[in-house]
Amino acid sequence: MGVAKYIKDEKDAVREVIYPSGIHVKPVYGPRDLEDAGFDYEKDLGDPGEYPFTRALHPGGYRSRAWTTRQYTGFGTPEETNKRFKWMISHGQTGLNVAFDLPTQMGFDSDHPRSLGEVGRVGMAVDSLRDFETAFRDIPLDRIGSGLTINAVACIMLAMYQAVAEKFGYAGEKIIATPQNDILKEMIGRGAWIFPVEDGVRLVGDCIEYSVKALPRCNPVSVCGYHIRESGATPAQEIACAFEIAKAYISNVTDRGIKPEDFVGRFSFNLNVYGNLWEQIAKFRAARKLWARMLREEYGVQEKKKLFLRGLFGGGGSGLTKEQPENNIIRGAYYGLAAALSGAQTTALCSFDEAYTIPTPRAALLSLRTLEILMEEVGLRDTVDPLAGSYFVETLTKQMEEKILEEMKQIQNIGGMVHAVSSGFIQRIMARQAYEYEKGIEKKEYIKVGRNKYTEGEEDQSDVELHKHNEEWVEKQIAGLVELRRVRNRREVSKALKFLKHTAQERKNVMPVLVECCRAYATVGEMADVFREVFGEWQEPSIF
Amino acid sequence: MFTQQDRKIRVLIAKPGLDGHDRGAKVVALALRDAGMEVIYTGLHQTVEQIVDAAIQEAADIIGLSIMSGAHLPICKNLIEMMKAEGMDDVHVAVGGVVPKQDIPELKEMGVSGVFPGGTPIDEIVSGISAMVQTNKAGNHE
Repeated sequence: MGVAKYIKDEKDAVREVIYPSGIHVKPVYGPRDLEDAGFDYEKDLGDPGEYPFTRALHPGGYRSRAWTTRQYTGFGTPEETNKRFKWMISHGQTGLNVAFDLPTQMGFDSDHPRSLGEVGRVGMAVDSLRDFETAFRDIPLDRIGSGLTINAVACIMLAMYQAVAEKFGYAGEKIIATPQNDILKEMIGRGAWIFPVEDGVRLVGDCIEYSVKALPRCNPVSVCGYHIRESGATPAQEIACAFEIAKAYISNVTDRGIKPEDFVGRFSFNLNVYGNLWEQIAKFRAARKLWARMLREEYGVQEKKKLFLRGLFGGGGSGLTKEQPENNIIRGAYYGLAAALSGAQTTALCSFDEAYTIPTPRAALLSLRTLEILMEEVGLRDTVDPLAGSYFVETLTKQMEEKILEEMKQIQNIGGMVHAVSSGFIQRIMARQAYEYEKGIEKKEYIKVGRNKYTEGEEDQSDVELHKHNEEWVEKQIAGLVELRRVRNRREVSKALKFLKHTAQERKNVMPVLVECCRAYATVGEMADVFREVFGEWQEPSIF
Repeated sequence: MFTQQDRKIRVLIAKPGLDGHDRGAKVVALALRDAGMEVIYTGLHQTVEQIVDAAIQEAADIIGLSIMSGAHLPICKNLIEMMKAEGMDDVHVAVGGVVPKQDIPELKEMGVSGVFPGGTPIDEIVSGISAMVQTNKAGNHE
């Protein structure tokens, strides 16, 4: 059953329950368990909104404010994406989560040979500021925050976001952007990396340093446990990796002489919700507490708000199945419930059709409705942290805390996250665990309904409506790019790019000059090429 | 004497294009290796040219492509054309990833020997790959 190991006897009674993070669950919990775990209300929980924030970041929880819903959206051209943004906002979505196509994520222009077949496919194509002018037209950028799901060239997109906001009359101090900007996790999981590890990490540091001064409401990095979990991590490893990654970025910025107190408050996280309900809830509660404690005790951060583990807790794609895809709608609802019981500040769900296609509008709307039903209909806004004090949940939260610390120690022991990624240490563990999990599914050690139990044969592969990829959009995007190259001020572009190269060579902060490049309508490919020339490209360590 | 049976099946697992989701590719690589095959993994962001070069250099029997971005049709078309130009008639192509079943006939038509969409059981992939090598591309048993 579920994403945990269940050992049963011949009468089908559950004898043993072992969570992926390595915790054995007892049949019954009582006051003794809390005593044994050394549970202390003030030390372990504190009131909602009080250190260490195990219960909630804010005293009122969802009473004062429901979560922000931020479904991942964007495809085809900036024009189509703009329409979809407005449509989602008109249906009640309260923040944007921008999907970029792969050429943009990898720093190639739409007409580059490597972009062939990929333009506008998994997100919107962005070649220059002109595309942002179209995509964000008529969006109130001082009210609606935008997650920019891009990493290797996140610095370029953040600069472009500032440039477009200024064009529309919003000053840098007003805008709320959250570029994902977590290059280390790309090297572990999602794979959209370009530059070598050290340069990649420095670019993340550049965004953080620059935001502190120029974009105070932006969250310059969203540290992702999410994709590491999708790559095979256990829930405890997910948090441990995210925290060790965050520490690598913190140390890059403190090396520049900036105090943690001045920037860690802007960090946000992107974490995964799927699998065992209790393990998820305990994971998030333990994570809030550990993050606050680490910042206070190791980094000397004092101000309360800067100790918050803020971020998006999103329903994970790995929990969904290709078989009987409608079942994923139901799974999404439970992942949403887990996120709500964990006090998620921002949330999103993978849509039920994602094993087949980019979500269709109908599927994306179903995900949004699922989250709206949770907030509006079932009572999740009634009281803050309703599970607090549960013998089981509090014991489990303490155990998760220990497991996360153990996993962090492992990474520290081999020399920290930068080394763990450069050497392939983490990638090797993830690949092995992903393989073991697949074998476990096939041996029915783990049950997925519709996949290895309650299957219907041919019926399982239902016909889902597919997102349509439009070749005309590609032509339009490329024609627009060609036209832009013709009309822009070439002298200004080459001056800006030359300055960019110089800045990169000097290893100085590239952000101010990237904003200049964007304003001059330099293309994403041109800016990324400067970095390719100066930094080179990462060579993946072999993990087999 | 060295016979066809003694030689391990050589599989090049490749991630073409720009997509970096490689959990599936790595799982399949480990499974094929556990099944006794020789597995070479190209790593991410490979061009079709790089994949063909690697397949020639590694004397691969099979090229296994893992594609999640939806670009499987154009990528396979390019790859197979280039393989034809290189005279790689005896090398099979298998595709895994996010592949809608509507696209399977077109892939087969192009010359793809096997399609294993996400969720295909590991055993099925292993036996499918083994069966391919037993069969020449015209469909006759060797």
